[in-house]
Amino acid sequence: MSAATVTASPKNLPDEGRIGLRANLRHIGALVRRNAMQIKQDPESMFDALLMPIVFSLLFTYVFGGAVSGGDRSQYVNYFIPGMMAMGGLNIAMSVGTGVNDDFRKGVMDRFRTMPIARSSVLIAKLIVETGRMLVSTLILLIMGFIMGFELKTGPAELAFAVVLALAFGSSLTWIFMLLGLSLKTPQAVQGIGFLVIMPLQFGSSIFAPTATMPDWLQSFTDYNPLSQLADAARSLTSGQGPVAHPVTVALVWAVAITAITAPLAVRKFRTKT
Amino acid sequence: MTRQEHKIRDGNAVEVRGLVKHFGDTKAVDGVDLDVPEGTVLGVLGPNGAGKTTLVRCLSTLLVPDAGTAFVAGYDVVRQPRQLRRTIGLTGQYASVDEKLSGWENLYMIGRLLDLSRKEARSRADAMLERFSLTDAAKRAAATYSGGMRRRLDLAASMIGRPAVLYLDEPTTGLDPRTRNEVWDEVKRMVGEGSTVLLTTQYMEEAEQLAHDLTVIDRGKIIAEGRVNELKAKVGGRTLQIRPSDPGELNRMVGAIAQAGLDGVGGATADVEEGLVNVPIVSDEQLTAVIGLLGERNFAIAGIDTHLPSLDEVFLAITGQKTSTPEDSTNDKALEEVAA
Repeated sequence: MSAATVTASPKNLPDEGRIGLRANLRHIGALVRRNAMQIKQDPESMFDALLMPIVFSLLFTYVFGGAVSGGDRSQYVNYFIPGMMAMGGLNIAMSVGTGVNDDFRKGVMDRFRTMPIARSSVLIAKLIVETGRMLVSTLILLIMGFIMGFELKTGPAELAFAVVLALAFGSSLTWIFMLLGLSLKTPQAVQGIGFLVIMPLQFGSSIFAPTATMPDWLQSFTDYNPLSQLADAARSLTSGQGPVAHPVTVALVWAVAITAITAPLAVRKFRTKT
Repeated sequence: MTRQEHKIRDGNAVEVRGLVKHFGDTKAVDGVDLDVPEGTVLGVLGPNGAGKTTLVRCLSTLLVPDAGTAFVAGYDVVRQPRQLRRTIGLTGQYASVDEKLSGWENLYMIGRLLDLSRKEARSRADAMLERFSLTDAAKRAAATYSGGMRRRLDLAASMIGRPAVLYLDEPTTGLDPRTRNEVWDEVKRMVGEGSTVLLTTQYMEEAEQLAHDLTVIDRGKIIAEGRVNELKAKVGGRTLQIRPSDPGELNRMVGAIAQAGLDGVGGATADVEEGLVNVPIVSDEQLTAVIGLLGERNFAIAGIDTHLPSLDEVFLAITGQKTSTPEDSTNDKALEEVAA
């Protein structure tokens, strides 16, 4: 019976509906515009990206910084600011998860999924805008850092490379949270699981304090924690001290591996979500 | 556009055979056959949970059916989803617009996603806002729109690409009567321009207003189908309600109608509590005849109204049983509002 219906179909060219690269880029552009306009309509949604680096910089430098570094606060600024670069992406990535989940609770995703566009374009557009938010957040962090006495002992090129590395890692985290946002039922669940994952990762790392004083069992965790590697990479790149190649490579491998695994899963989930 | 190329088999814009979609043990759609001839409106009438939305989601590529075939504008929903998406527009039960964007930005975005040039997308967005009377609200975020405005924006968004087939999934559920009429007027206009529409609804009145053919479904199965008029006749047409100025005249009025023996007019009954005389009728001529008769006999009439059978009455007439999902009280409330 199905064979008969297939031959009866006047159109049987599976490739006719394929979306070309230029069309795909145009769709992504239109969706990036959508996400950017959302921020314009709702500027409060930028608060986390803007305020978090300011609050964390002040808090850690002036409250904990003196104690952690044995009284030398300016030395702690140089330690902490590159570490924070590694962390910025984490919080923004989590907000993406809740955002994607919320989008699906409204009808607009159904509209996108019934349109002749590549289904990945909706997620890629989101990723682009969120990476832009991470960049803004990172720039604010650096401005705060310089105000508080952060010294760049290398050059602008090294600093730029550290920023790009942090963004690359942050965008890979965004895929994880998009997958979570598409898999879990409510934005609250996304946030709950997000915190469970984020807290040990960000504090069990070399972001806020050197790992040397931590017990061995914890050190073996922090050393494998990609956030430690990313923080160490940013630190070496801005201070000119310590190994660069190893932490950079490890952080990049993590970023690529996370993206390679979670991006296709997220797109698949987006396609089949009911 | 490529719309002209879409060959439509046997004049059917939508053709569904043996469609099945199960969710675990729930047979949401359980062997449905449908034909929607090009340029017509098919109403799919059923209670909440009958499978209407699942059916629409299968036909708009949001769900993959478990069995059966479905062609829309000649494209197979399973094998040619991408081509199919070029030919359809969907307005869901919940307005599918981006609430954070302005009305104009919503339409412009959809134009761009449909591969219109910037200029075309701009002028099309302007034109659609104008047409759906949203020009004044063009720059406001859709979140600030009233329910009716949002639904109109949703319709406008579905129409941007001049779809060959439009799905309207309960387009007026939850709207007040005035707003509902606005949406109906828009749908009638689109049909007048040649759109093929698959409309799902819980309201007999909506189906009567908009649809040519009607399919009644319950628990995923078709329980009746035919022209709207045929089904209406089957369930007993309308009830004419007359309110005499003097409630004491109720019985005299019933007697007068019975005595006159008008062709095809059923037995009138008096509803003393409401102060109404109910007369079952099946045609406009009968309505005119009854009113004419009462005028001749010099009855003073305070009000007249006609009342369509509710979904419950339709189901009762077709299946001999009540609708299968009475537990949803909000649904019942919405029905009452429309019936009122």
